[in-house]
Amino acid sequence: MKFNLKASLLAAAVAMSSLLSAVQAADDQYIGSLVYRTGPYAPGGIQWADGFADYVQLLNERDGGINGVKLTLEECDTAYNTDKGLECYERLKKGGSTGMPAVMPLSTGITYALLDRVAADKIPLITSGYGRADAADGTVFPWVFVPPATYWGGADVAIQYIAKEMGGADAMKGKKIALVYHDSAFGKEPIKTLEALAAKHGFELSLHPVSPPGLEQKPIWTKIGRQIKPDYVIMYGWGVMNATAIKEAAAVDFPRDKFIGIWWSGNEPDVIPAGDAAIGYKSLQFNGVGAGYPVHEAIKTNLYAKGKGSSKVEGDVGAVAYNRGMQSAVILTEALRTAMKEYGNKPMTGEQVQWALDRLDVSADRMKELGAEGLFDPIKLTCADHLGQGRVQVAQWDGKAFKAISDWIQPNDEMIRPMYKDSAAAYAKEKGITPRECK
Amino acid sequence: MIYREAGEFKSTYQADQAIFPIRQDRWFILAILAIAFIVMPLVGSDYWLGTIMLPFLILALAALGLNVLTGYAGLLSLGTGGFMATGAFAAYKLATMFPGLHILAVLIMSGLITAGVGILFGIPSLRIKGFYLAVATLASQFFLIWMFNKFGWFTNYSASGVISAPPMTIFGDIYVTGPQATAAAKYLFVLAVVAFLALMIKNLVRSNMGREWMAIRDMDIAAEIIGIKMLSTKLKAFAVSSFLCGIAGALWAFIYTGSVEPAAFDINRSFQILFMVIIGGLGSILGSFLGAAFITLLPIFLSNAPHWFGMNIPVDMISHIESMVFGALIIFFLIVEPHGLARLWQIAKEKLRLWPFPY
Repeated sequence: MKFNLKASLLAAAVAMSSLLSAVQAADDQYIGSLVYRTGPYAPGGIQWADGFADYVQLLNERDGGINGVKLTLEECDTAYNTDKGLECYERLKKGGSTGMPAVMPLSTGITYALLDRVAADKIPLITSGYGRADAADGTVFPWVFVPPATYWGGADVAIQYIAKEMGGADAMKGKKIALVYHDSAFGKEPIKTLEALAAKHGFELSLHPVSPPGLEQKPIWTKIGRQIKPDYVIMYGWGVMNATAIKEAAAVDFPRDKFIGIWWSGNEPDVIPAGDAAIGYKSLQFNGVGAGYPVHEAIKTNLYAKGKGSSKVEGDVGAVAYNRGMQSAVILTEALRTAMKEYGNKPMTGEQVQWALDRLDVSADRMKELGAEGLFDPIKLTCADHLGQGRVQVAQWDGKAFKAISDWIQPNDEMIRPMYKDSAAAYAKEKGITPRECK
Repeated sequence: MIYREAGEFKSTYQADQAIFPIRQDRWFILAILAIAFIVMPLVGSDYWLGTIMLPFLILALAALGLNVLTGYAGLLSLGTGGFMATGAFAAYKLATMFPGLHILAVLIMSGLITAGVGILFGIPSLRIKGFYLAVATLASQFFLIWMFNKFGWFTNYSASGVISAPPMTIFGDIYVTGPQATAAAKYLFVLAVVAFLALMIKNLVRSNMGREWMAIRDMDIAAEIIGIKMLSTKLKAFAVSSFLCGIAGALWAFIYTGSVEPAAFDINRSFQILFMVIIGGLGSILGSFLGAAFITLLPIFLSNAPHWFGMNIPVDMISHIESMVFGALIIFFLIVEPHGLARLWQIAKEKLRLWPFPY
């Protein structure tokens, strides 16, 4: 991000002059947002935070909030650091008149540290496309929500897509697939799923952990390119690791169109540094790509045309991570709307939002009303199902933009759902949790 | 006037050998303990106790551990994070393998296991010194984290490699880990553990063992000539240091965050604790606490301060300002007092002794 000294000084001056006037009205809906606009992962974090903030501001500017209740957004910068994230959560959780209606920590580490706390604090934890996959089981995790997709579902979709490319699941027998992953809780998530799929389809899976931050991957790629020669590479990478992997793949001449990353490996900051080497690289996405949707137009006319947009970078509206931030904002604000239908048009508490999330139904028609038809997949949650349909699509980088190259693909629920159940049951046993009844 | 020892006579050896021989120091420590044990839980909010004081106390314990090794025995180490991770994972394995085990037993046993690991990585210290030893301990940092990542046994084969603390109690029904635990209970428990261990170390460094450490630190050849056994003394320093770091790691995983992945104890944690020791003061118990306070509390203060004054500064700017102010303060303090904050405190005491007639 370019640092604009003049604008920053001006902003600081304005902020100083409005000393003490920042006290918010009591009947605003408070939204606490954990973001990382600084630190090693900031390039993706800034876009996410801008998308989230812009969508919230759009509702304020265009509709006057939700059902007449204005939204107040307070950000706290975690720098993708678990300690700081915990501090942010504890600081923001009592904000506004009703406290934080939900927390979106945007980091697997912070998610794990919050898992127990949110139940005690009665604040729903929404982890869109990260965190614990088995939290899809709402009976064990009443306070944790994972729409629209999980890492396990992502792994399954990747294999489904690869199978289709190869000409059917039968053709996968004896083929080789390599997983290159960030050696942390996040990167390890898909291993069990992929192992189960390898046993089912009869392909060979090789695992290649990359120690964070992942700038040194030469030995791994030499091995992949010269020795293993896999038919496909799946990557669960994050931050600088992604661009490095793409460059190394090009260096050993591994075809980029046989290289598919998870959604955190499919942002513009991941492919642009790799230059032409990234052309043809694919990635999974749980949100649509591009800026050509009505909701983007609304943001441009209502915010950016009036100089009220969050992003300082030209063309960031519609970036992959920006859309992802918008999607998180949609999930939260639609949950608030659902809660208000039950409890009246006033600021909602965490408990009320949890009630709403248990019944969240953002249908295709509703997406159309929001101007996001095709941009986000419909989400329908129940008390027992905290994931929804969990569909994912595949996008490909053409050197200028990501383009969707597949329909929304449904993970194989017959295989994945029992895995969620088993894993959640093991967690419940370890923690002494009695799963709640869901009618 | 305020700090005058005149008239304080010692008539027994016990009185002369007391931990705090000066009356004012005794009162000061008692006052601090009273504030920490009684006033803080009464006036502190959950945010204060659970988010500010807990990490401060736990990291102060880790800094104390590193201070034993680096400050008292002169053995430079970059493996603190690895030893903390060892303590955390040992505690997790113990707590899940033997569910009935009391939390204090878990803490002590995980401390002892870490002490064993510390001795193992301390063996090269007989032959290598200074920066070379720092690199050897750096290996332990990377090896231990790699090991906890690599082998599923340490995490009970959890898919993500994350461990989380089962709910545990003291005195039968007061939860100190898990979601039922209140911030005040956690705070008091950690405070009691840290205060006890700090007192233990304060005594230890005044003992035979502590004096041997300091002799080795100041001049190892001279120490060897007067008959101090190098290997066993150095290994004892490693054992005590890792014992403390192990307990700090277990407290961090069990009581502060509740669940951690090995990445929580990466190389940055080791650096953070080394900076605490350097800024606080090498070879000083008080310094460990002052350093931990500086490193953990100041950033929280800096990131909260604009908000208290009602200023509406974008969060990324706050973060950047925070880093700049923090860096500038570190440089300032090390220029003004290279021996750390503890030395500043000592100078203040000396000035008070002479006050109001300084020379």
